Amino acid sequence: MGKTTALIVDDSSVMRKIVERSLRQAGIELEKVVEASNGAEALAALQNNVVDLILCDINMPVMDGLEFVRQAAAMESAKGIPIVMITTEGSESHVVQALTAGARGYIRKPFTPDQVKEHVLPVLGKKQ
Amino acid sequence: MNTDTSLVTRSHEENWLPILELAAEEVFEIMVGCRVKVAGQSEHKPNEEFTAMVGLAGALCGILTVGCDAKTAGEVAQRMLGDTVGSQEQVADALGEICNMIAGNFKNKLAGTDGRCMLSVPTVISGGEYSFHSLAEGSCMETVVLFEGAPIAVRLQLEN
Repeated sequence: MGKTTALIVDDSSVMRKIVERSLRQAGIELEKVVEASNGAEALAALQNNVVDLILCDINMPVMDGLEFVRQAAAMESAKGIPIVMITTEGSESHVVQALTAGARGYIRKPFTPDQVKEHVLPVLGKKQ
Repeated sequence: MNTDTSLVTRSHEENWLPILELAAEEVFEIMVGCRVKVAGQSEHKPNEEFTAMVGLAGALCGILTVGCDAKTAGEVAQRMLGDTVGSQEQVADALGEICNMIAGNFKNKLAGTDGRCMLSVPTVISGGEYSFHSLAEGSCMETVVLFEGAPIAVRLQLEN
């Protein structure tokens, strides 16, 4: 697999930059990073961009991350794109809801670059 | 009834303050790359020119705040970004995320709140000339951590 285009969805611009940096630290070569500050923006971004990976927060205004995952799962253009949640919501029920909706991974904030590597590389089909 | 309430309140403060302090220490260490030292609340009082707030609802109802002076907030943001901070909005954004992560880390460490405690998105107030009043009766836990010697207040107000 070559370079990766990632969609990073978080209402915090600081957190989007930290997630991007963590992806690079995990050894993922990024072709392009598309940013969205909520689920609705992320759905719009999926209409206009071809992405290989989505990293998504849960608690966001306008449309939260769980609703985004549900709607993205129903979109033809988003089929097969791995979604990894990165969120402060650490309860088992949130994990189950996210995975049931279609997410492939779940990372709790605060997170280390190693945790990003551990959860993201497998969904991209890469060895750690 | 009042006695029961005060016992519950005291129990919260005694049992949960170390959890709150641990939650704050972990967030600073992992996300800011800096070990903070718990200083207690009596000796160090930060000038809270930036105050970030996250609401809790459900099994826990209340508000968690993180407050510090503008210089400290700027340094926290710079350490998080690993780069120069471009604007006051970025400083507020960074402190809001710190508050959000401390709130999330705290509730994730408590047994029995699984999925029944929700967090609001963060709000950040800048400017120190305000006073904070909660209309709900309840308990308040507060600690101060030292970030490179500068005090940062972490406060959790819970409704009974």
